[in-house]
Amino acid sequence: MTKQEALFEYLLRIGDNSLIMGHRMSEWCGHGPILEQDIALINIALDHIGQAKNWLTLACEVEGKERTEDDLAYHRDVLDFRNLLLVEQPNGNWGDTLVRGFLFDTWNYYFAKALTNSMNTQIADIATKSLKEISYHKNYSADWMVRLGDGTEESHTKMQDALNRLWMYSGELFTMDEVDEIMLKDVIGVDLHLVRKEWDDDVNATLTEATLHRPPDAWMQKGGKTGIHTEHLGYILAEMQFLPRAYPDAKW
Amino acid sequence: MKGSSKIEDIHTILGHVVDPEIPVLTIEDLGILRKVEWEGDQLIVTITPTYSGCPAMAMIEKEIYGALKNEGYENVLVKSVLSPAWTTDWLSEDGRRKLEEFGIAPPLHASADKKILLGKNAHIRCPRCKSENTEMKSQFGSTACKALYVCKDCKEPFDYFKCL
Ligand SMILES: [Zn+2]
Repeated sequence: MTKQEALFEYLLRIGDNSLIMGHRMSEWCGHGPILEQDIALINIALDHIGQAKNWLTLACEVEGKERTEDDLAYHRDVLDFRNLLLVEQPNGNWGDTLVRGFLFDTWNYYFAKALTNSMNTQIADIATKSLKEISYHKNYSADWMVRLGDGTEESHTKMQDALNRLWMYSGELFTMDEVDEIMLKDVIGVDLHLVRKEWDDDVNATLTEATLHRPPDAWMQKGGKTGIHTEHLGYILAEMQFLPRAYPDAKW
Repeated sequence: MKGSSKIEDIHTILGHVVDPEIPVLTIEDLGILRKVEWEGDQLIVTITPTYSGCPAMAMIEKEIYGALKNEGYENVLVKSVLSPAWTTDWLSEDGRRKLEEFGIAPPLHASADKKILLGKNAHIRCPRCKSENTEMKSQFGSTACKALYVCKDCKEPFDYFKCL
């Protein structure tokens, strides 16, 4: 794998995480439990979509094949997507969405923070631009973890159930493969072992405050980073890509 | 020759371009107009987004082209840059005053928002009755750049332009 290929893959992974997370959050539009939270999720969705656009635009530039960020978003199939399995998991109930957000946002914060030191200035710039937005997401998620984890018996049970269900997707956040190693060696990418340490401390502190139990690390599902996805991604793409595929000339 | 026009003239023209979501603020008040310069015969206007996903950027770009075209400037390029990243500290004093008059509490300093993140009262002032007896209802308001507050004295809800 050349360095350029690795860089393209790396950018796809970051961009696809934002894109799919953003799409999932946008599915809440008009369905939030109360108006303020509906609005909050849509604001967060918009941040993710904006960040995805920045990452995927840079990916296209690196690839140099005259594809655009829209081509990447709307004209790739499941096997070409590089997002983590965690972000494609269904919204489920309010608790499922919050727990998924909490696990991802906490990771995304420390990941983006490390990326602000990238030797690639374009990457560092996008990471810096994204980081403050992500800190709002992280704070929002943690706040809800505590509120509902340490809430009623029912809310506590639902949060613990969601945590138990989603935990097997948390391992992939920290797996390092060839792409990660090439990027780390050139001080372009991030050492996920260091991110793991910060994530662990932060997640443990919030879970304790939320009176929730950290599930044991058992079998971890992975594959999203290399294009092996759960069945859910296909349904997301079917909805997300329908319009530009059915009406290729459609313009806003 | 338009290439010889003074940069101040361009700023005067762009002084009429406003944020479509907060129409009392010009792009200069907001601090998103970063640079105006000539490169030969081409006028380069550099802007920066407030938030990554700010849906107003495309419209602002169009309005810049439109405003300049109306004054006879055809050879224009609007560039968007991410670095240095926009912060609410770039809002002009004038902009802050206009925001409050418009009914949106202007951003405090970054340290104040850290307090809010830690759940402490940051004394956001109600734009209507000026009371500081206010409460945050939601970190996320009607647009990405605003949080939702309510005044405990006059009972009115209001938007707070949150720090970034
Ligand atoms: Zn008031």
